[in-house]
Amino acid sequence: MTWTPDQPIVSIHNVKKAFGSLEVLKGVSMDIMKGEVICIIGPSGSGKSTLIRCINALNDIQGGSITVEGQEVHDDNLDRLELRKKVGMVFQQYNLFPHKTALENVMMAPVKVLKQNKAEVETRARELLRKVRLEGKENSYPGELSGGQQQRVAIARSLAMSPDVMLFDEVTAALDPETVKEVLVTIKDLAAEGMTCILVTHEMGFAREVADHIYFTDKGVIVEHGPPETFFDNAQDPRTKEFLSQIL
Amino acid sequence: MSRMIPGLTAPATTDMPVLLPAPTARHTPRALNFSHWLASIPPWVPFLIFTAALLWPMMALAQGTGEGKPTPLEALWRWMPFLITRGFVFTVLISVMTMLFGTVMGVFLGLGQISPVKGIRVASYWITQIFRNSPWLVLLFIVMLSFPFQVTVFGVTIPIPDWTKAVIGLGLPIMANISEIVRGAIASVPSAQWEAAESLAFTRRQTLYQIILPQCIKRMIPPWMNWYAILTMATPIVSILGVEEILNLTRQAIEAENNRPELLVPFYGFVLLIFFVYCYPIARLTIRLERKFALKL
Repeated sequence: MTWTPDQPIVSIHNVKKAFGSLEVLKGVSMDIMKGEVICIIGPSGSGKSTLIRCINALNDIQGGSITVEGQEVHDDNLDRLELRKKVGMVFQQYNLFPHKTALENVMMAPVKVLKQNKAEVETRARELLRKVRLEGKENSYPGELSGGQQQRVAIARSLAMSPDVMLFDEVTAALDPETVKEVLVTIKDLAAEGMTCILVTHEMGFAREVADHIYFTDKGVIVEHGPPETFFDNAQDPRTKEFLSQIL
Repeated sequence: MSRMIPGLTAPATTDMPVLLPAPTARHTPRALNFSHWLASIPPWVPFLIFTAALLWPMMALAQGTGEGKPTPLEALWRWMPFLITRGFVFTVLISVMTMLFGTVMGVFLGLGQISPVKGIRVASYWITQIFRNSPWLVLLFIVMLSFPFQVTVFGVTIPIPDWTKAVIGLGLPIMANISEIVRGAIASVPSAQWEAAESLAFTRRQTLYQIILPQCIKRMIPPWMNWYAILTMATPIVSILGVEEILNLTRQAIEAENNRPELLVPFYGFVLLIFFVYCYPIARLTIRLERKFALKL
């Protein structure tokens, strides 16, 4: 089966995941179309991060299926490298390579993994750093950058692989309130350009503003989902209501 | 009066049990114990001891009948160039070769300890543990006595000199310790670095060589130097097996001077001093690098 852009770019179907006897995902399904921005919200330990880590096979699953562009992710014969070229990921703790400058961090994967021409990659990397508003920080090491700046380098690093889907795992959770905004602006720009984004976030205002669709998870299941307006103003499930009343 | 901190310097304001910070300095073993100890010696102390060692036989000689014979200092002065150029240079050579052998083998073994293949991982672990925890002298004896003194390959006889066997014998425990340094340094890199590289489509091998190892190579240098200093201090044990390094040549020199007892202390004292002069700067540098690299990270 070949994938065409009118089909979901990421399709998650009845996914089950357990760490030992602890069931984290108890049958989660969602379809994400190309260019959509999805926000997954929910209390801690509800399986949000686990779910998006399953999308690029950082975690394995025990049941169900996940496809990216029609390709089954949890297949023993999966070419993981091919998958990860398509799916970029940004982490809560940035995880930049501390021994490389911002520019080198961005350039490394295209040069070493994709074997692209170094000069061309450098031009593109400088472009990406400008895009995340880090012009002039090319030669700074991660240790010399603020959390917000590091996170934007991490976003640029992921974008350098030209992924079709971007996963954001609580990317602002470790940041100061002042620097949260600069990272969110960057993600908003990306979404506006039509990048498919799947975000796990606690920033409700941001979710409301950029998301096309919100999923609320609790205890390993999707409790409720819908477009931001209906979700935030007209939540149906009591668990959603309780969560929103605590957070908003 | 200083301010009271509830729960720490004053009674707790809560009934809940409070976990006090554990005093770390006392019971945390220092990784570079040997270098710390050696580097902490003021440089003039060994010279003072050496001077005392020179004076002692002279006083002994003044009481005896030593006419016509050179004083111990004169004898030592005459032998010194030979002991240094023939003896100590060879000792250093053995230590360098041993370190080279141990490092190359140890790096492979250390990487083997984190291999994804279970068989390699388990085998590397046990090889490391066995050689790390065996007496050096026993390993040296096994290698020295079990290796042939020559091998014949395609009719060509290649002799295996004693010092080659000494390098292998001493290199085995060094190998095992380097293996542990490599394994520990790799383990000290946060697992998030592996994940980040994985999500960027790096293979395991690429991740290891381009992301993980470059980050921990600095951390390996001080313990590696520490082991070099320990090894250098240990090389005289190869003299037991007849390798003509400094200790053996010193004994021969004393014999050549008719075994005069008053020569023992100055000659062996000189050997001690020469080891100190060589290892002391290494220890100081190790400690300096350790501090420098500890700051960055």
